[in-house]
Amino acid sequence: MKENVVLEMKNIHKSFPGVRALQNVDFTLCEGEIHALMGENGAGKSTLIKILTGVYEKDEGQIFLKGKDKAVVIRSPQDAQKLGISTVYQEITLCPNLSVAENMYIGRTSGMGMNWKKVNKDAEEILKSLDIPAKATQQLGSCSIAVQQMVAIARAVDMDCKVLILDEPTSSLDDQEVKKLFKLMLDLRSRGVGIIFVTHFLDQVYEVCDKITVLRDGQLVGEYEIKDLPRVKLVSKMLGKEFDDTTEIKDSSLIYDKEDAKDCVFEVEGLSSNAGIKPFDFSVKKGEVSGFAGLLGSGRSECVRAIFGADKVVGGTVKKNGKVIKITKPINAMKNGIGYLPEDRKRDGIVGDLSVRENIILALQVLKGFFKPLSKAEADKFADEYIKLLDIKTASADTPIKSLSGGNQQKVILARWLLTHPEYLILDEPTRGIDIGTKVDIQKLVLKLASEGMSVTFISSETDEMLRTCSRLVVMRDRKMVGEISGDDLNQSKIMSTIAGGENK
Amino acid sequence: MASFKKLSGLKKKVTGMTDTSLLLTITVLVFFAMYLGAVLFLGEGFLKPQTFFNMLNQNAALLIVSCGMTLVMITGGIDISVGGVVALVSMCCAINLDCHGGNIFQAILISLVIGLLFGIVQGYLVAYLEIQPFIVTLAGMFFARGMTTIVCEKEFGKVIQFNVENEAFVKIKDTRINMPEFLGTVSKRGVFIPAYIELGVIVAILIVLILFCVLRWTKTGRKFYAVGGNNQSALMLGVNVKRTKFTAHVICGLLAGVGGFVYFLHIGSGSPTHAAGMEMNAIASSIIGGTMLSGGIGSIIGALFGVLSLSTIKDIVSSMGFDENWWTGITVAAMLCLFLIIQSIVMARKSSAGSKIE
Repeated sequence: MKENVVLEMKNIHKSFPGVRALQNVDFTLCEGEIHALMGENGAGKSTLIKILTGVYEKDEGQIFLKGKDKAVVIRSPQDAQKLGISTVYQEITLCPNLSVAENMYIGRTSGMGMNWKKVNKDAEEILKSLDIPAKATQQLGSCSIAVQQMVAIARAVDMDCKVLILDEPTSSLDDQEVKKLFKLMLDLRSRGVGIIFVTHFLDQVYEVCDKITVLRDGQLVGEYEIKDLPRVKLVSKMLGKEFDDTTEIKDSSLIYDKEDAKDCVFEVEGLSSNAGIKPFDFSVKKGEVSGFAGLLGSGRSECVRAIFGADKVVGGTVKKNGKVIKITKPINAMKNGIGYLPEDRKRDGIVGDLSVRENIILALQVLKGFFKPLSKAEADKFADEYIKLLDIKTASADTPIKSLSGGNQQKVILARWLLTHPEYLILDEPTRGIDIGTKVDIQKLVLKLASEGMSVTFISSETDEMLRTCSRLVVMRDRKMVGEISGDDLNQSKIMSTIAGGENK
Repeated sequence: MASFKKLSGLKKKVTGMTDTSLLLTITVLVFFAMYLGAVLFLGEGFLKPQTFFNMLNQNAALLIVSCGMTLVMITGGIDISVGGVVALVSMCCAINLDCHGGNIFQAILISLVIGLLFGIVQGYLVAYLEIQPFIVTLAGMFFARGMTTIVCEKEFGKVIQFNVENEAFVKIKDTRINMPEFLGTVSKRGVFIPAYIELGVIVAILIVLILFCVLRWTKTGRKFYAVGGNNQSALMLGVNVKRTKFTAHVICGLLAGVGGFVYFLHIGSGSPTHAAGMEMNAIASSIIGGTMLSGGIGSIIGALFGVLSLSTIKDIVSSMGFDENWWTGITVAAMLCLFLIIQSIVMARKSSAGSKIE
């Protein structure tokens, strides 16, 4: 082990039933370094972190820590803490009903009595030295989320932690709070703490980190110095697509221009929601397949959820054929001819115990109102028609939907929306977790629907798929719309460079 | 302008308070307001210090049981077996003293053992086997009530209520501790009647003091709050969540045993119908005392004032001439609602004020 290395993970393997979550992953962390751990969904970041914090046990591999001769065994979060590995999670893992000082000391000192004076004094000193704006006697729940996170960090620092893991700490903070957090991180770096920083925000990585380790599909892609890895390359490493180096990186904002609104069915102006997306403009043209591209967490889904009224809209307008319509609830959107196939099929989409038929007619029934039920004959007719049309593989229309395969469940939900004959259909990750044959079916169907005059928005993590289906792509980064690509510009390299954003920002 | 300043100062003070102390303050204020109201409008009776001491005398057992209940509720649990345990304890003590020539020390031992057993078994089921506390203690309640009847039938062949006539016991039961002279009253005939409390009250006050110190100044005490606040977080912070929950139930069971003995000492008889609904009164007292059913917030002093408020309300209702049971029930229900509403309004106000200051 080198002199200044505090943590070394070697040949880590971890499998879950049916999935190889990590294969032969190495990770090295030095003293006084902020090290970003990057990767898309399913890359294995969180598995690696959980092995390090003792939530999961590794199948194979070794973990070395500075000052320990042998490989260490970490079986529980408590073990990890004792070894000097502390984690601050995205959700606060402190007790909101206790005071700030108590949260910093509870569960880690011996003895019976509670010396309030000493605890409060010690806490006050640490808070002061780290410049955290909280009082020791204040109840934690009355602090802002950012301050609560800082208190968690302060606790870790006081426990003499050598490795600090920050698991998406910034996702619920605003810009000001992020700045404060970064200041604290830089302060800790100068004290020699090794920090592992997990985040989806590229800008933040380039603002504070020294090194980047990229994972993809459970495997190590590589470890890079931040200066050796421009954004575009980072994105291509994460997505696993080669980037054409000859492509010039233009200022992405220039590409985005509004075309005239003549054939626009829906126009969105300055829409923003409480899910944290910055106001964005967007137009839906008749018979066109558009798409939202961006990394995970960039706000792709949040945009369409705002249009559909699934998140609370806080600003902006939606116009239909030039007239302003009010969408505050999904039902408003449905009545205006918008359909939305949600990202999380299991949670937002299917009603597991109902039959295929009932799942298919659900949206239409809601539109008609529950007091005018569809007749049995009608329901049968619709169900059979769409089972045939979409080639849904089910024993019968009476089979509960939960016993179908993922791809077929997806088709049922698709059928549900097609049945309402929407003018505008939003498909959020319709092909995730389904077999390749069904994927192609769905892509074909999207193109067919568009040629029949329906407007479709297609969102997918796979850029290949987007390129095949969409004629116009909106690119999102850090919950902001950063560009719109169409026509000849629409290629892999262009998309990646737009996702990555300007180099010298 | 000046009043506005005062108001905003008060607001700041309120936002700076912990939730527990804020709710406690509300409880104490409401209690005093209520008692003052009773003194002003119903006069006479409520002016006598003995009225107040009688509230303590009659509710010493409830107070002890409520302390245990509050503790369990702070950890986010609940224990509805306590009423049954009180009945079982007083039945066993009565039989021991009356039919088997036992002495008072045996009776105390019996109470503690029964309470502890209930606490340990229920605590184990709740903490280590992770069964819902409501279900576990519901079973405990049925079991205790059933056992009370069985013990009674076995001894007498039928279900009866019987008074204990053991001399040594009766002597202790009737022991009165006189209060300082100025608290006494002079009757119409000019005879001085001193104000007094019973032995049970001393026990109850001692328990309140001990538990108050435990919750405030020991690490174990703070862990109860941590577990109730967020048990997942508490686990990550290195608190032994299971042991903490177990401890809370054991203490609650033990206090149910002690409460059972004090109840027996006050009432001096055994019956399967004793302490009916006591668990519900204990829960009501805890909630009125500012303990949140969701856990993490509450205090022992709150439990004390909860019991006092509850009995004040009952006294007020009966001194207004509504003697029927259901009148008390309805007023207690109304009061519970009132308290819950006040609590939720204040907490909501506070959290919105807190976020503005940030």
